[in-house]
Amino acid sequence: MSFDAHRCPNGHVTYPGHPRCPECGEAQTETIDISDETGEVVTWTKSTATPPGVREPNTMAIVEFEVDGEPVRALGQVTTDDVETGDEVEPVYVDELREPGAGIRNPESQEWDGYRFDPVQ
Amino acid sequence: MERVAIMGASMTQFGQRDAWVEELLAQAGDECLRAADVDPDELDHLYVSNMASGEFEGQTGIMNALAHDLGAMPVYTQRIDQTSSSGGAGVYAAWQSVASGASDMTMLVGAEKMTHKSTAESTDIIASITHDVEYKVGVTLPSFAGMTARHYLEKYDAPRESLAKVARKNHRNGVDNPHAQFQKEVDLETILESPIIADPLRLYDFCPITDGSAALLLCPESVAEEYTDDYSVITGVAGATDTHVVHERDDPTTMGGVVESGKEAYEMAGVGPEDVDVAELHDMFTILEFLQMEGLGFAEPGEAWKAVEEGKTEMDGELPVNTSGGLKSKGHPLGASGVAQVYEIHKQMIGDAGPRQVEADVGLACNVGGFGNCVITTILEEA
Repeated sequence: MSFDAHRCPNGHVTYPGHPRCPECGEAQTETIDISDETGEVVTWTKSTATPPGVREPNTMAIVEFEVDGEPVRALGQVTTDDVETGDEVEPVYVDELREPGAGIRNPESQEWDGYRFDPVQ
Repeated sequence: MERVAIMGASMTQFGQRDAWVEELLAQAGDECLRAADVDPDELDHLYVSNMASGEFEGQTGIMNALAHDLGAMPVYTQRIDQTSSSGGAGVYAAWQSVASGASDMTMLVGAEKMTHKSTAESTDIIASITHDVEYKVGVTLPSFAGMTARHYLEKYDAPRESLAKVARKNHRNGVDNPHAQFQKEVDLETILESPIIADPLRLYDFCPITDGSAALLLCPESVAEEYTDDYSVITGVAGATDTHVVHERDDPTTMGGVVESGKEAYEMAGVGPEDVDVAELHDMFTILEFLQMEGLGFAEPGEAWKAVEEGKTEMDGELPVNTSGGLKSKGHPLGASGVAQVYEIHKQMIGDAGPRQVEADVGLACNVGGFGNCVITTILEEA
């Protein structure tokens, strides 16, 4: 599975993708796999009150990547509770981020695999 | 265009209630009609603000049920869902129905029944508003608040205690609100030592899960004058959105929907933040009070915490914020909260807020949906 950011003809990059670029309204025509990139933690939290089917505690971070000079952010779980703002992290694939069907969403309505963020040592 | 008046208002007890959503709606609606001495057959439109009665209790079509329960047929009904800002969106819709001339008497009733679900289940229902890439990592609205609070504190070098002071203030204000879920003061030590929910935020940084209902009766000002002298006027109301995906915002500490809806509401009312005497802000999480104060121009970016530290938002301060006790102590029955915010400002405008009364002739309510995904700002003035 790739970790795809999406780009429009005007160079705006988002994660996830949208039918039209939120910045300029153009169609997003290109995907860029950022699974081999590293990013920087913008902010994070450790959640101790988690919904059904979610690990507890659930440490999450907003991470900023750079794609050809354009910033793009992603939210994700962190592999460890030992994280700080400014840390450099890399994506690590996980085949199930939360238990499908345990929450209110129909399990068939979306994919449940994805990437966690692991601090770069 | 004739000004739109609020000529009646009611609010049920907020908290853990045995009643289900249909009964809560009927209670607030009935009280609102009785208080205004209006018969149900005088209503042209009957609006219901509600986020998730289907998800919480398997009850849909509640606006038609309410029309029947109040004997208001053949009134036109409509349900308004705009997540946590359903109440504010209902105010906007009810204002539109009267301002357009389509209705001479519109009642808006907001309600939610939530406490029968576990905290985890309620949290999941609320988190279902998020994008797939957010939902699958187990994000919750409280965890968005935790990340935003950390960013705010680090960016502006604000003390953690300033958030606790928001909670302390609002709990103190709630003591004088007989409809509030919690009518008890809480000291800083208790707040700062309460269990961590979404680091750095703790239990007392969050509003409770609540059942409750509130209602407003809207009509043209000329109609209100036939019934009462005690009415307020909606002089500004506007709504706006921000990104659905929260991490796509350039600055997590700025809620674009707050800024834009505030700007438009001020323009419509012909007032500015300096003219506002009292405000009800959507303190679902303590950090949201800072973000709204800054987004609405009550404080410069990064400076709301200083206003709180200086006591400017206290009952006797320059701008009392959340005289009702806010969502923090009053509780947050999703669809009712925005209606109850305007209820409080209406009471302040007509001088009927009892021990919570402050000197005010312009008031503002800001109702935030999602994590700032949609926002309604309403400005009320003394008639």
